[in-house]
Formats: sequence, structure tokens, C-alpha cells
Amino acid sequence: MPPQRSTVKVRIHPLGDTALLAELGTRLDTAVNTRSIALASALKKRRDVRQAVAGAASVTVQFDPDQVTHVALAAAIRRLASKRPPMEEPGRLHRIPVVYDGPDLQAVASALGLSQQKVVEIHSRPIYRAFLIGFVPGWAYLGPLPDELVLPRRPDPRRQVPAGSVAIAGHQTGIYPLNSPGGWHLIGRTSVRLFLPDSDPPSLFRAGDRVKFFPIAE
Amino acid sequence: MTEVLRVHEPGLFTTIQDTGRLHAIASGVPPGGAMDRFAHSAANLIVGNDRSAATLECTLTGPGLLIEAPCLVAVTGADFDLRVNGAPAPAWIAISLRAGDELAFAGRRSGARAYLAVAGGVLGDRWLGSMSTNVMAARGGMHGRPLATGDVIAAGQSAMAAVTGRGLARQLRPRYDEHTLHLVAGPHISRLGADARAALFSSAFVVSPDSNRMGYRLEGPGLETSGEELLSFGLVAGALQLPSSGQPILLMADHQTAGGYPVVATVVSASMAVAAQLAPGDEVRFAETSIETALQMRAVQREALESLTS
Repeated sequence: MPPQRSTVKVRIHPLGDTALLAELGTRLDTAVNTRSIALASALKKRRDVRQAVAGAASVTVQFDPDQVTHVALAAAIRRLASKRPPMEEPGRLHRIPVVYDGPDLQAVASALGLSQQKVVEIHSRPIYRAFLIGFVPGWAYLGPLPDELVLPRRPDPRRQVPAGSVAIAGHQTGIYPLNSPGGWHLIGRTSVRLFLPDSDPPSLFRAGDRVKFFPIAE
Repeated sequence: MTEVLRVHEPGLFTTIQDTGRLHAIASGVPPGGAMDRFAHSAANLIVGNDRSAATLECTLTGPGLLIEAPCLVAVTGADFDLRVNGAPAPAWIAISLRAGDELAFAGRRSGARAYLAVAGGVLGDRWLGSMSTNVMAARGGMHGRPLATGDVIAAGQSAMAAVTGRGLARQLRPRYDEHTLHLVAGPHISRLGADARAALFSSAFVVSPDSNRMGYRLEGPGLETSGEELLSFGLVAGALQLPSSGQPILLMADHQTAGGYPVVATVVSASMAVAAQLAPGDEVRFAETSIETALQMRAVQREALESLTS
């Protein structure tokens, strides 16, 4: 197959005088996320780039304005984004044991018109993708969550969600790495540690990794 | 390594900070580092350190310190009534201290954060490439926590001969008393209606008591945004986030690394020094500026700092 130049439309916005946000899409989409991760790692290799982090469908780039202007960097981003991304190697697969006894499981099941058993079955069926690492140390936005489980966030976020809580909201699922406030629906818990402060990188998951949950009794 | 300071009074929130760990944001770890990079760099350069050396960031109520070994220090940033053995001492200039001296941050006159540099650099635990204190992870600096009474601070070997009296003239320092932050319009500015956009640039906001190194909550006119929920994206210090409450949050050094709230504008790099010196209750205003102007402001600060190395 001949190499193709793709027609990705990239929207580039300044974030002040030392950073840019490059948006590659507006939907949670594996192909767009793959491109975002590839673009971030290509940008990180540049000397004038201090950091480049992939979002779900974007890249946030921090650069040294003494070495490159935002206009020149935006042009370089467009060039890089129009290249066919390298074939993505499948991310590492993590199998995460979950005790599905979360405080919101009952409410989630009745809001969705499903049995608790069915919610567990649907949640633990797919292999999810880690679209983005961030928000708090070790947190990964995992998805896409099957349509049958999509619910808006809780109207009243909890002040304290225990570390290890497995949660869902919108088309995403995730595991709280630390005790923190949170507005997602808690359906289970895991003893797997996601934030590893004495490792470098300190996060179990990396962007592009794959995650499979499986139910355990306790 | 020499033990140079003993903490007599810890102050409200005194932490070891350097220039942070930007690479760690890829794992969701806040970048951290000194909030006022200008004052942090100036303090280091005045005592002959590299600007990335660690300093003590002293917040709102400063510490009382006993000097354990002769050392050259400089205090910059917020304006405190600085005292050595009870007598007034100058800031923004190198001062030589002897064992047994007492350095005290008495009343605060203005600003929020002072930086104390010691020749040779303050030493702390290194975590993910930086000595900056991260309280949430309990790592870096003084074992991941603010200073406590009885802590002993060590400094590295000073590379340069001590130059007592080197300082930064007032006209070369940021205008900390002008609480206007310069903003560049952000990715989601179009989500603000015309009225809300006008209100952002014409109103005074007050820094809420619920403000810290992660970010400042700003109280003022409600700024309504429209549009569907955004996919999460990487954030930067200086981003002005607008949650659905309509009360903006200015992200600071220990900010969340990603989020999905609209970013309507970003405070330019040269204004972040002023932002770092805002205390709860302070009033702040925003002025829209161009990237070109922002870079000129940045160059002025760089030249001021370079004057300390010539």
C-alpha cells in the first residue's frame, strides 16, 4: 500500500506564550488517540519542546520561546500530524481483579434498568484503552465504556473516594489511585496499586495501555 | 553538605522548592516547583547558585531560623519585615550570616511567598528528578512535608566565592503591587458570550481563601460558558479554567495535569511571578495581551536576572 497523507484537521491554540494545545479531534476515538500519543512522542524529541502530553484527542505542548516561535512550532505540529503515524504496538495488557461491591452499584443498575450481575458482566467484558494519564498521579481515563453503561456524573461529587475504587461516568471508566474527591459512580474496588511513587514513571498505566477487569469474590 | 539552618518556627507553610519535575506530568504528577520563578531564580543568582537550585518557599507567615554554620543567604519575593538578631535586614541582596545568628521573617507587608536561597543550594529529598516538596504524594524536599520545628536544613558546597552585597535593584524586580495579570485568549474563549468576555477583562476578582499551590479560586461575576462537555486534555500552570459554577480557577504550580473544563485564557509567563504573590483576599484584574507583548515582558525579566550573573 502506498504511503498516504491523511487529512487530519489540527486546530492549534495558544496556551499563553510558552505552550500550545493541538486538537486532533472532538470524540473519544482510538485512532485519534493513537495519533495524539504518536504526535506527543514525536514532539518530545525536539530540543525546543520542554514537554508534550497527549490528551484524549489532543496534545499539550510546552516549549521554550527563546528557541522557537509559536507560529513555527504550530507549522511543525501540522507537518508531523499529517504524517501517517507509525503502526502502533499494542499497549501492555493489565488484568485487574475487581470486587464489584461499590456503594453505587445498586443505584447504577436501577438507573440503567439492568441487574447488578449484568452491570458487572458488561463492565468486565471489554478490553479498555488508557486514553490519557493525568488529573491526579496514576489516574487513567479508560474507555470506551459500552453504551449500555453510560450515565452522567453524580450530581453531588463525594468529598472522599477511597483509593482503589473502580468507577464509571459517561463513556469512561477508571480507578481512583489516591483518596480524593470524585463525582463518578463507584461500582467496585481493586487492591492493585496504580500510583507507584517509588518507581519512575510512577504510574502503573501508560497512555495506550490496555486494561481488562475481571470479577473476584473478595 | 553542611547543616546550615535549624528551624525554630516553621511558619505557616514553608517548603523546599526548585524548578519542579515537568517530565512527571505524563504520569499525572503535578509539575511543582517554586510558584514565583523570578524571585526563586533571583535569590539563587544573588548567592551565586544555579537558578535551578532548591530554595525555601515561605508562605504568608515566614519561619524563624537559627544559623548553624556560616553561610551566605538572600531573601526575595514577598515583602517581609526581615530581621537578623532582631535588627532589620535587607531583602533582594546577599547577606552573610554567622553560626548562632537568628534569621526571622517578622510581619508580612505585601506579597504571599518569599524565597530564601543559601549559597550552595538547599538540599532535600530528590523525587522524580526534583527536590520540590509534593505534599499529596509525601515525597521530595523535607520528606514530602512542610518544615516543622527542629528540622535541620543542609546546603550543598558553594561553587562560587561569596559575594556579600550583590543584589537586585528595585526597578529590576516585577511590579508585585500591580495586581493586573496579562492573559492570552485561550482555546475555549469562544464558549464565553460577549457579556461574560467583557466581564472577564473589566471586573475585579478576589482570591478566595480556598486557594493554594494547586490553584486559586477567584470570586467575581459569574462567567457562564456554553457548549458540550470537552474531552480531557493536558493543562499548564497559568491556565484559567472555567468550571460550570462560572467562578474561574487559575492553575498554579501543583495543578492537576489534565482536565475537561474550558480554558478561556492563560496568564502569560511573565505575569506568573505576580500571580504567585497574590494572597487570599487580594483583588486581581485581567488584561488581554498579545503573545508578542508577553514575550517582551518575558525578555525584560530575563535581562533583569542576567544582570545578576554579569
